[in-house]
Amino acid sequence: MNPELLVLADARLPSGGHGHSGGVEALATRGLLRASADLALFLHGRLRTGGETIAAAAAAACLLAGTGAPEWAPWDAAVDARTPSAALRTASRGQGAALLRTVARAWPGPAITALHALVRPHHPIVLGAAAAGASATAEDAAALALHHLTGGAATAAVRLLGLDPLAVAAVTAELARAARPIAASAAAAARTAVAAGDPALLPAGGSPLHDVLAQLQESAEVTLFAS
Amino acid sequence: MHRDHALTVHDHAPLAAGPAGPLRIGIGGPVGGGKTALVAALCRALGDRFSIVVVTNDIYTTEDADFLRRNGVLPDERIAAVRTGCCPHTAIRDDITANLDAVEELVARHDPDLVLVESGGDNLTATFSYGLVHAQIFVLDVAGGDKVPRKGGPGVTLSDLLVVNKIDLAPLVGADLEVMRRDADAVREGRPTVFLSLREQPDAGPVAQWVATQVAARRG
Ligand SMILES: Nc1nc2c(ncn2[C@@H]2O[C@H](COP(=O)(O)OP(=O)(O)O)[C@@H](O)[C@H]2O)c(=O)[nH]1
Ligand SMILES: [Mg+2]
Repeated sequence: MNPELLVLADARLPSGGHGHSGGVEALATRGLLRASADLALFLHGRLRTGGETIAAAAAAACLLAGTGAPEWAPWDAAVDARTPSAALRTASRGQGAALLRTVARAWPGPAITALHALVRPHHPIVLGAAAAGASATAEDAAALALHHLTGGAATAAVRLLGLDPLAVAAVTAELARAARPIAASAAAAARTAVAAGDPALLPAGGSPLHDVLAQLQESAEVTLFAS
Repeated sequence: MHRDHALTVHDHAPLAAGPAGPLRIGIGGPVGGGKTALVAALCRALGDRFSIVVVTNDIYTTEDADFLRRNGVLPDERIAAVRTGCCPHTAIRDDITANLDAVEELVARHDPDLVLVESGGDNLTATFSYGLVHAQIFVLDVAGGDKVPRKGGPGVTLSDLLVVNKIDLAPLVGADLEVMRRDADAVREGRPTVFLSLREQPDAGPVAQWVATQVAARRG
């Protein structure tokens, strides 16, 4: 067990994540998510679709960061291309910029310095680069991306709906079990893409519901979460 | 309590270190105390002398930003709103990254003399990180009861300026301002406290004066 990874996985690490619900607020305000079972259903779906995509991007960033100061732009653009919702692209770049502030202080290095050229890099790219700084493997980086995906949404559900936090903890533990093979396949795909130097080879699955929710959230009049 | 005494501002410089760039002042305190009203008053009182930008963390109808716009105290592009995900204190204390983002973007665009950051309304334990602001003002509502300063908490004890607002309501709610003054002084180790009614003093006289002193000190 790598203790540095625990720091990077901790929701207390300043990263702007607390202001994002991963689509949960848009679901909750429409009465589409009322119980922890609904949360589980939604997040299992996300893990297998868009989740694998961001996990692979994080894993690729981790592998690339191990090479020194990579040319990040094409990999960042690959995340853009896999995020059809403009609101989600903004949310991902906002969280990437937020995390980069912390990471630049906690795990400085040439790969992180090179990220500043992007101004507002996507979240999975920063997370993967940070994971490399924390001596993580590509599988670790993929697992971290999935952990933050489910953790942020689960916390938002507890805050917005008053769900039983113990029931939600059971959901997140079950999601973590489901995440293991997804992290493995995401990391494998990332290895292939990085070895070929071709971001187009990264997985490109998406979660259309999540894209739609993000757009609805952005246009809503009153929201507590940015996404 | 005599009004003149209540409005005395002690000379007490807040922390000089902290973030680079122009002076950033956090304005915190429970819901409804008058934070937004104070921001509007400061913009009105100091807007001629200083270039000001505002970041608001209040619940997003962009309630506060709209208020400032409606009152014509600040043009739209000088106000940014941050959404805090049901956790206003997290956004100003534990994870300040979204606020740092908003502040730096406004600073880059407008090169202001003064940045005001309004927290979302929270409880007495909420306080700004000095990684986000150089100084903080904590606003209490007299109508919240005269026991509040005694309850303490970091906002009451450690804020660089404590503002007890709505003193016009004191007779109506039976609040004893002398008790509030005594309790605040007992825990604030010389840090200043002012008593204010934004209703009666829409230019926030003593607070504006304090802020102007801080801006001048920061500019050197
Ligand atoms: N009577 C009275 N009302 C005030 C005073 N200052 C603010 N208010 C009112 O208190 C309410 C809450 O003020 P607001 O600035 O929105 O509080 P915030 O939640 O701390 O931002 C508004 O209706 C203000 O008009 C004051 O000095 N006296
Ligand atoms: Mg307000």
